[in-house]
Amino acid sequence: MPATALTELDREITLPAAGVWGTKSRKDALARLTAMGLPNRRDEYWKYTRPETLTSATPTPAAIFDGNDEAPMFDAIDCLQITFIDGVFDADASDDLEMAGVSIERLATAMENDIHWAKDLYGTLETNGQNPVQRPLAALNSATATDGVVIHATGQAAKPVLIRYLHQNETSDAVLHHVIKLDDGAALTVLETGPAAARLNKVMEVDQGNEARFNHVRTQGRDHARRAVTHIFARLATESRFKSFTLTANGVLTRNECIIEITGDDAFAHVAGAALGDGDFHHDDTVFITHDAVNCESRQVFKKVLRNGATGVFQGKILVQPDAQKTDGYQISQALLLDDDSQFLAKPELEIYADDVACSHGSTTGAIDETALFYLRSRGVEKDEAQDLLVLSFLAEAIGEIEDEVLADEIQSRLESWLKRHRS
Amino acid sequence: MLEIKNLQVSLEEEDKQILKGVDLSIGEGEVHAIMGPNGSGKSTTSYVLSGKDGYEVTDGSAKLNGNDLLDMEPEERAAAGLFLAFQYPVEIPGVGNMTFLRTAVNSQRKARGEDELSAGEFLKVVREKAKALKIDADMLKRPVNVGFSGGEKKRNEILQMAMLEPKMCVLDETDSGLDVDAMKLVAEGVNALRDGKRSFLVITHYQRLLDHIKPDVVHIMANGRIIKSGGPELALEVENNGYADLLEETA
Repeated sequence: MPATALTELDREITLPAAGVWGTKSRKDALARLTAMGLPNRRDEYWKYTRPETLTSATPTPAAIFDGNDEAPMFDAIDCLQITFIDGVFDADASDDLEMAGVSIERLATAMENDIHWAKDLYGTLETNGQNPVQRPLAALNSATATDGVVIHATGQAAKPVLIRYLHQNETSDAVLHHVIKLDDGAALTVLETGPAAARLNKVMEVDQGNEARFNHVRTQGRDHARRAVTHIFARLATESRFKSFTLTANGVLTRNECIIEITGDDAFAHVAGAALGDGDFHHDDTVFITHDAVNCESRQVFKKVLRNGATGVFQGKILVQPDAQKTDGYQISQALLLDDDSQFLAKPELEIYADDVACSHGSTTGAIDETALFYLRSRGVEKDEAQDLLVLSFLAEAIGEIEDEVLADEIQSRLESWLKRHRS
Repeated sequence: MLEIKNLQVSLEEEDKQILKGVDLSIGEGEVHAIMGPNGSGKSTTSYVLSGKDGYEVTDGSAKLNGNDLLDMEPEERAAAGLFLAFQYPVEIPGVGNMTFLRTAVNSQRKARGEDELSAGEFLKVVREKAKALKIDADMLKRPVNVGFSGGEKKRNEILQMAMLEPKMCVLDETDSGLDVDAMKLVAEGVNALRDGKRSFLVITHYQRLLDHIKPDVVHIMANGRIIKSGGPELALEVENNGYADLLEETA
């Protein structure tokens, strides 16, 4: 397929070859993108994060980071492992895509089949998520994703699926799109780790049937120079449970969007994140949760620790539709600024059209509590270590959102190591 | 043990002198009490000794076994054997009480060039000491002081003291906010640590705590100075007559 010239977008967009439905899905996505245009910094939704390096035709090169001082993330956990290097599937570094309770394929393979379950889902939740706020980079992803993983969980997955994203090429530009469908009562844990590329654009669509349970924990690697824009689009049916936690430590630019529509009663969605930035670090959590069913619960818990000029952004919204009575919505975004050079920009929003709901939200920016620091030091704890303890204390509520203790311990130990490496 | 000479202290942020020449000498194994009205400088004395920010020492000295306390970081003072039981113990969400205790004990051991306690050894000791203070396993697991009652917080302070085995203990209004039973329990914890060598400085408004922790010497502090010192009977005098008479005497 030839490159499609789009003067409106100020750049050429090439649609990768795919089968019949893949080609159609891509063309539809390109049409969506063309209609809305690429984001620019005049857009309200991009007020706090400059999109230029995410929309440019080529990525800004990013130095490769050697993180060999630590064991690979999730190494000790028995997983089905799938590896992408600079956005390209690596069969040698991946397990056979066979596991009880799920069927797993590469997106590139799925798109070659004329008939495939993913056909009706690919780009669908992304399309739903374009309203009321446009997310052009997600449409760009649906149009241009070269690969990804499609997972159909029909029952309880035998073990977690771990997707590793390695970065080995300084100018790589990865566009990956995962589609995950959970049948009624199915359960699946997806772990993701790694920087993926100099620039990553990733979409994950998750469609949950009744009582389906989806659990997601990811870490975005330690590369300082990488850039990433990611979107999670989830649709939750009755009594389904969605949980997602993200650890971001380092990375010059990260925009993580999470868009959830709760369409079935008695469902819950928990989204949490911990971000640690030292220096050239810009991290943006943008969350939009729509309650469109009765007696559902949603939680957003985001904590950022920032120093040496790092910037944190939070744009979080809870939208409660008129019929979504008995909604329980909670949102907290907090930043701990370890110096005067760092900043946190937060835009918490509630929009409620039902009258019988309990929604609360809060956002704070603060420094280390000097009284607590003195308390710890007066017990003999050295200043650096006391400060680390207080940072961990600050992050505890976000880490507490990880249900699985083994995963929570692994994240906690990475946090501790990061803090030790970044002592002033 | 503790030698304070002509200690003069101002607030850093405003030009206000709080301590106007405090002299205090506490020998090995002695228990001293400081009483005095609000604003007399009692708590400031404890903060300056333990190294809290915000105070400027303009004159005088404070030495622990000959070592200049005022020259040390707070954690160095702790390792040297000083302990301050806080009037308002700080809540630290997300940090388990046990983790905190072990970090503190091992930090001090490390600073003194001793081997760190293993998790097993530590657990054994802490369980034994916690039991005596009626601190249950749940309190040890919970985040430091979070959701603790006033009495539990103060007992937790004494547990830290018992674990850290300091040479010089300063108790800043440990009786505040405690009912009689809670105060007794705390006092028993303190008395259990009296071994003839460890010294104590008990800061309090009221004489009642001194019924349970019997002092050797009582000092009355007012307006940034110690205006009178005496035996335990001085505390009773204050209890009966208030501070007014004493203040007039020395005015």
